[in-house]
Amino acid sequence: MAGIKVFGHPASTATRRVLIALHEKELDFELVHIDLKDGEHKKEPFLSRNPFGKIPAFEDGGFKLFESRAITQYIAHEYADKGNQLLSPGSKNMAILAMGMEIEAHEFDSVASKLGWEQIFKNFFGLTTDQAVVKEEEVKLGKVLDNYEARLGESKYLACDHFTLVDLHHIPVIQYLLGTPTKKLFDERPHVSAWVADITSRPSSQKVLL
Amino acid sequence: MAMKVYGNGMSVCVARVLLCLHEKETEFELVPVDLFACHHKLPSFLSMNPFGQVPVLQDDDLTLFESRAITAYIAEKHKDKGTDLTRHADAKEAAIVKLWSEVESHHFNPAISAVIHQLIVVPLQGKTPDAAIVEENLEKLGKVLDVYEEKLGKTKYLAGDSYTLADLHHVPYTYYFMKTCHAGLVNDRPKVKAWWEDLCSRPAFLKVSPGLTVAPPTN
Repeated sequence: MAGIKVFGHPASTATRRVLIALHEKELDFELVHIDLKDGEHKKEPFLSRNPFGKIPAFEDGGFKLFESRAITQYIAHEYADKGNQLLSPGSKNMAILAMGMEIEAHEFDSVASKLGWEQIFKNFFGLTTDQAVVKEEEVKLGKVLDNYEARLGESKYLACDHFTLVDLHHIPVIQYLLGTPTKKLFDERPHVSAWVADITSRPSSQKVLL
Repeated sequence: MAMKVYGNGMSVCVARVLLCLHEKETEFELVPVDLFACHHKLPSFLSMNPFGQVPVLQDDDLTLFESRAITAYIAEKHKDKGTDLTRHADAKEAAIVKLWSEVESHHFNPAISAVIHQLIVVPLQGKTPDAAIVEENLEKLGKVLDVYEEKLGKTKYLAGDSYTLADLHHVPYTYYFMKTCHAGLVNDRPKVKAWWEDLCSRPAFLKVSPGLTVAPPTN
């Protein structure tokens, strides 16, 4: 049997998003390591899997996908009966989930990823952190987290009272930011802080850390 | 009671929702929000969308924001009428629709929105467009459209041979883009051009496009 394969890198936030979902669903899979330093993701055969040249790419039997949030949604729907529930039944609940996923993608990730890039990933390439950018992006992240603080005062997790894809999508970037001074933005907000502690201590979240 | 959409027809994100409502032949009420008077920053609006952006959808006791979450909800709620926008009957086809919707969201949208912001919004604020930002994003957009050109050589629409949300989400920004002097990026790619012309021929588009009225200044 061909099984599930993820083509990516174990340190990549987008790859981890998919791996966490697979762990939540207790699915077996193979992680095929793509050599980013060598530009493997910008060449064939990887480009046939994702013409945009970004990791991860995914395969389940012969079925191929890319874009981490499309992959996690496929996993959550296709394997709805396995492992932990990552969705919320009913069209209104699914709409709230969809809204939460859009907020993560458009409001949270754009800012949080910049903070991760400046403070962590730039160092891997011998570049210097631009503190002015960090300051500016932390102001923006603070405003998003203020909204999350209010939401998490009403609901245990972002979409509803159980863990879903909405919370899951945040985990990889948050794990990195907890190792930077940006951690204070999470610590200063009690509901956000409790939520972060909860989602990062899940067994599936721990499994992706190197 | 009909769904309410808060926003204005000229807004790209509102137009995305209006296209979906028309494709689904669903009645709705459009409630204008005066952006120039900053009504979207008032507490009454922020209680609906704490991020202070249009559109917002109200359907009975459900309040939603984020245009692509709204289109997903409308398409699911009314999956048995109008155009099949999500290919919901087949899990794998549905996943491919989500994939190309993510592509629009993460590859196409950042580049095209940066260009439109510089060429249309910035002059309205009395400032000069940043040519470097425009050039950088036109290059990114060109690369995305190269991928589309190849994909549209294999399938009629982005996610397959049927029109879906993956195509629909592109329409409003592309409409404005085609009014700028950079329309060649689309017109020079025959498959992308044919796809765009097809999207513009749809009845839902013909109902929504008159509301997309912000005109870019001429060169």
